[in-house]
Amino acid sequence: MLEADNLECVRGERRLFAGVGFRLEGGELLYLQGRNGAGKTSLLRMLIGLLPPEAGEIRWRGVPIRQAGDDFRAELCYLGHLNAIKEELTPLENLLAAARLADEELSEDEVLDALEQVGLAGREDLACKYLSQGQKRRVALARLVKERRPLWVLDEPFVALDVAAVDWLAGLISAHLQRGGLAVMTTHQAVAIPAGTVRELRLS
Amino acid sequence: MLRIVTAVVARDLRLAMRRQADIVSALFFFIIVVSLFPLGIGPEPDLLRKLAPGVLWVAALLATMLSLPRLFADDHRDGTLEQLALAPHPLGLVVTGKVIAHWLVSGLPLAVLAPVLGLQFDLSTEALVVLTASILIGTPALSGIGGIGAALTLGLRGGGVLLSLLVLPLYIPVLIFGAGAVDATVSGLGGEAHLSLLAALTLAALGFAPWAAAAALRIALE
Repeated sequence: MLEADNLECVRGERRLFAGVGFRLEGGELLYLQGRNGAGKTSLLRMLIGLLPPEAGEIRWRGVPIRQAGDDFRAELCYLGHLNAIKEELTPLENLLAAARLADEELSEDEVLDALEQVGLAGREDLACKYLSQGQKRRVALARLVKERRPLWVLDEPFVALDVAAVDWLAGLISAHLQRGGLAVMTTHQAVAIPAGTVRELRLS
Repeated sequence: MLRIVTAVVARDLRLAMRRQADIVSALFFFIIVVSLFPLGIGPEPDLLRKLAPGVLWVAALLATMLSLPRLFADDHRDGTLEQLALAPHPLGLVVTGKVIAHWLVSGLPLAVLAPVLGLQFDLSTEALVVLTASILIGTPALSGIGGIGAALTLGLRGGGVLLSLLVLPLYIPVLIFGAGAVDATVSGLGGEAHLSLLAALTLAALGFAPWAAAAALRIALE
């Protein structure tokens, strides 16, 4: 479903990587590994179409993502290392606004349920600026609870989470893979994902 | 298509309501700058009447500029801009929504205040009506053109000054026709022609500017 061929990345004057390629089918997870500055985030940003590769091509369902455009983005969920939540809005408003912008049907009850799952019950009406780092991260991750789009691209999803939350998120990703979804993620922590096929790609 | 625009407008308006200090400070800036002129020039009705259109319009341009640097900067900083760029819609529509929201909180209040401030310059009722109309019609163009500048200077250090240098020259046509409409009314020629040209400028700016801004945003996000 997701294929990358011979990707090359140049940032500034430096070539970060070249000749990177992989194929990912439904139910598979790709772990991107590499030291700091190896280009993991750059590769993720290429996969979601924000950063055009210097060379090479990325295809989704056989169509280059540049051509697929909106059709590709309608099947993509990206979680960057920034939380993409608004400090002034409450967790509830943040999630509802994010769903509307992404063209998803999401009811208030579903959002409240998602917030309860990430352990933010009772905080849904508190502006996000009063939440801790970990709690803000949980608001961002709550987007994934009801997310049914096939391709998840996650940049360091386990950062700032406690042990219980790491297990919960690993379970969420497993469930996504079991539904036939794909996931690409970077992480420095070794987290076991119980289900699905795990592939690894090391950038060096 | 309309849904994404309304979703962005609703979100930005809600954010603006939570940060009213920004809106209020731009409005007070407008009020104070405009009020300084009658105080500085003194009670000379003829001179004030002549100066009024230019003063009000220049103050409106500057007040609109105040909030422009934050048009995309906040969304860029917290990562929401990436999510907006990844929404399954053309980015130009998202920018259109943001421009409309910017106008609603920065341009529309200026049009409401303008007739009250115009009284300080001894403008006739007819001139006040045309002044309000010209600001109402012209400010959307300011938000649209300003959007291009805000997108181009996104993430630059000292972007605020660069933004002014980039955008203010592009505001000149709006200034000329906006102030011209009031001038023409005061001198008895009628401001309709100026207002029509102003409306044309606004339509062109709202049609093209969001797409140019969207292209600049894509580059800023790379």
